[in-house]
Amino acid sequence: VKHAVLAVLLPLTALPFTSLSYSADAENGRRIALGKMDGNCLLCHAIPGADRPAGNIGPSLSGVGAKYSRNELRERIVDASRFNAKSVMPPYGRTDGLHEVAAQYRGKPVLTAAEIDDLVAFLATLK
Amino acid sequence: MKLLVLIFVTTVWAQARSGIEYVSPEIRALQADAAQNPGMLWVDSGAKLFARECVSCHASMKGVAARYPRLVHGKVVDLEAMVRHRTAYAYETDELLGLTAFVASQSRGELIGRDLTSDMVKKGEAEYFRRRGQMNLACTHCHDANAGKKLGGETVSEGQPNGYPAYRLEWQKLGSLQRRLRACMYGVHAEMPDYGSEVLLDLEAYLAWRGRGLPIESPAVRR
Repeated sequence: VKHAVLAVLLPLTALPFTSLSYSADAENGRRIALGKMDGNCLLCHAIPGADRPAGNIGPSLSGVGAKYSRNELRERIVDASRFNAKSVMPPYGRTDGLHEVAAQYRGKPVLTAAEIDDLVAFLATLK
Repeated sequence: MKLLVLIFVTTVWAQARSGIEYVSPEIRALQADAAQNPGMLWVDSGAKLFARECVSCHASMKGVAARYPRLVHGKVVDLEAMVRHRTAYAYETDELLGLTAFVASQSRGELIGRDLTSDMVKKGEAEYFRRRGQMNLACTHCHDANAGKKLGGETVSEGQPNGYPAYRLEWQKLGSLQRRLRACMYGVHAEMPDYGSEVLLDLEAYLAWRGRGLPIESPAVRR
């Protein structure tokens, strides 16, 4: 009984310090990261909680929330080439300096600023 | 002996790897068995068409496909363009694919890119290494740097052209190398080059040079 009570109480005490304040956004970020449309981060990165095969072109995102601050995560999603000119990671928030972009995508980033916010919130939970 | 091993290892290491090495054993078996290979349907219909429309001038097409793509007056001519010199079949029609696959199959096992030099394929090389599209990727980023790695559940291949025209399970039909190149353009959200456009032809020539020494497998089977 004691264990059962603890099992219920412990997650509750942890909530305010982790996911609660970002729960809605992080959940959408999770969908963006794991979904086949939008981000499709899974195509290149292993991600905890995925239910289909992940790629391994990029590093695993397990623990990425402990390795980088939210700002660092955001910068890397917006334009990874700023940190490594040879990066193969698409610039999810940059539209300038691109060539021969198909008309329907021209001037549009892969992800909107709000979507990147949600994605960062999700990645920050991967401690 | 050690030297021999070293030479052997470096030779194998440097050798281009056909797409067949990146597919499942089931797909390999499908390609290897002419009675099972679905691409043979196009080869057979292409053979009939060839007998009707081409054989009066061309007795045999043996070895011809290994000489394409080639440069004519500085412009790249691929196998499709060669077939189209007398036929008006549109790109990706069963007729053009059939004729092309029939001609290619007459060179099965012959090595691609033998007649090309690096000087001839400079334009295609530039296209191959140029980032494009919303995803800002060049061909090299997947097919050199990350060949053998996983993109989702699939293994990234070197992007070698020696199997085309190839039957792709994803297409449920035979398709040209140009169609496959266009699929990559679509994937990186880039402007779509027309069939027969210079950029696709130049890329085809560069790919043949890059994969020189690989045997023609057409009609190959790919996922």
